[in-house]
Amino acid sequence: MRHIPVTCEQREAMLRAVGCDAIGDLFTDVPVEVRLERPLDVPGGLGEMELVSHLRGLADANDPASGMVSFAGAGCYDHYVPSIVDHVLRRPEFFTAYTPYQPEVSQGTLQAIYEYQSMICALTGMDVANASMYDGATALAEAAMMACRVTRRRRVVCAGTVHPEWQRTLLTYAEAGTFDVTFVGCEANGTVAMDDGGALAAALGDGDVAAFLVSSPNVLGNLEDLTGAAARAHDAGALLVAAANPLLLGVLEAPGAAGADIVVGEGQPLGIPMSFGGPAFGFFACREAHMRHMPGRLVGRTVDLDGNTAFVLTLSTREQHIRREKATSNICSNQALCALAAATYLCAVGREGLASTARACVAKAHYLRDRLLATGRFSAPWDAPFAHEFTLAYTGDVSAMRESLLERGFLAGVPLALTGSLDATGIDPGLAGSLVVFAVTEKRTRVEMDTFAQEVSSL
Amino acid sequence: MYPSDLKYDKEHEWVRLEGDIAIIGISHFAQNQLGEVVYVDLPSEGDSVNAGEAFGEIESVKSVSELYSPADGEIVKVNASLSDAPEVVNEDPYGEGWMIQVKLADPSQIDGLLSAEEYEAFVSEEA
Repeated sequence: MRHIPVTCEQREAMLRAVGCDAIGDLFTDVPVEVRLERPLDVPGGLGEMELVSHLRGLADANDPASGMVSFAGAGCYDHYVPSIVDHVLRRPEFFTAYTPYQPEVSQGTLQAIYEYQSMICALTGMDVANASMYDGATALAEAAMMACRVTRRRRVVCAGTVHPEWQRTLLTYAEAGTFDVTFVGCEANGTVAMDDGGALAAALGDGDVAAFLVSSPNVLGNLEDLTGAAARAHDAGALLVAAANPLLLGVLEAPGAAGADIVVGEGQPLGIPMSFGGPAFGFFACREAHMRHMPGRLVGRTVDLDGNTAFVLTLSTREQHIRREKATSNICSNQALCALAAATYLCAVGREGLASTARACVAKAHYLRDRLLATGRFSAPWDAPFAHEFTLAYTGDVSAMRESLLERGFLAGVPLALTGSLDATGIDPGLAGSLVVFAVTEKRTRVEMDTFAQEVSSL
Repeated sequence: MYPSDLKYDKEHEWVRLEGDIAIIGISHFAQNQLGEVVYVDLPSEGDSVNAGEAFGEIESVKSVSELYSPADGEIVKVNASLSDAPEVVNEDPYGEGWMIQVKLADPSQIDGLLSAEEYEAFVSEEA
């Protein structure tokens, strides 16, 4: 493909047209602390052999979770990825294709996306799922915007127990003036009070709230009361947006069955490696009544003139390539390859495989929690129900504990404070510094967990 | 094709005046230009509308267009059956295909709209 750069004159003309003096003016929304204020320090060219050797050296300097016993989670999990996932992804028809606008030549890609959408609907208990979003955090923010369109309101209430990084993403969208956000923190039991007359009911207030956003499990690992959340939200004329872990939906009740109107989440647990935090994908599903307000691409099944089954992009009038100024979102793309990984994963493990994997994670997490409490080094800050992730308070210095366990080959959870600002969580700041979130996947063995507990005891 | 008891505007809506209530839909010309209508997005009862401003959207297999109100007022009724059967807009644009009923702030606004004859002349220029 030829690249035709603009001339200096053309660049100047474009800057004048949008009212900027310099290119830098276009980046003023990027926080100063993350801008590179010096030229890129890129060394000169290398031959292929030297380059491979250099890259190998860089890679070897890492300690990947795959080489350790990992109890780290907090949004990114060390699940087993069946080998068939990579084999399907590496097919060039999938690997190199760009967005499938033209159905005549893209039936395979479109069918794969359609299958993916159908599986997300089955998992979430929703009627319609889109072709995927960038990640769980943007899916949550897009759900907030969608709820504002549906209800014609412009304020959302978010559980303070949603992952702090997702809160940041939500606030970034809010800064653009799209909607206002208020947070409702958790009680001493590590969950938000969803009962009538509780903190959520108070936060939903006087009928101007478009949606209540909640994540279950929350960032602490605790399961929130979605049925109560749905009742409170609907009482206030708001939608319930529930974020879920798709792998755990193998055993947990579908959020749709609990009353959620939009279900979103991070797809990484479904067959995508941790890869230093990305890329993965976000999933997004809703009820049919609201589908015309949904963002993102959507593949539908239809028949062609001869009556053959065919797959096409559908309801495209929601999207900005049809109607820029009226589009439901400026996201007109998807994470097709990562979504394909998830669809392949789900096909590989099947309905029962997903349930048994989820059950294994949950059972092992409960085992590890008991073992860690028995060491006497940890205490339980609450006794809320949880799935494959839980939070404990460490009695000593958290970073020293993690350092020494790292030397012994263990990733000893994620300190809650590392997940971001805890201001909205409602957790006692005096307690927050001691909290560590542990995740247990099906990959962990009893021997690994017993050894880990012994190492903790010996600290 | 353009009933003489109706008034029309240049955005191709028609108005039937019944007392101070205006029943509003889109013309035969509009439905024919749009082609097969697949979705009509209408406002809620109680919403107010202003002359010349969009009150909804109509989507066909070919395009999406805004629906414009020919007058000011408050919506007292919405044709909810269009959500299940949008094709009625094609089949019966002046009858079952009506979209909203508006309690007019000033019924004399309707006098300023086009007559059937004037509208027909207008669309023959457009076509």
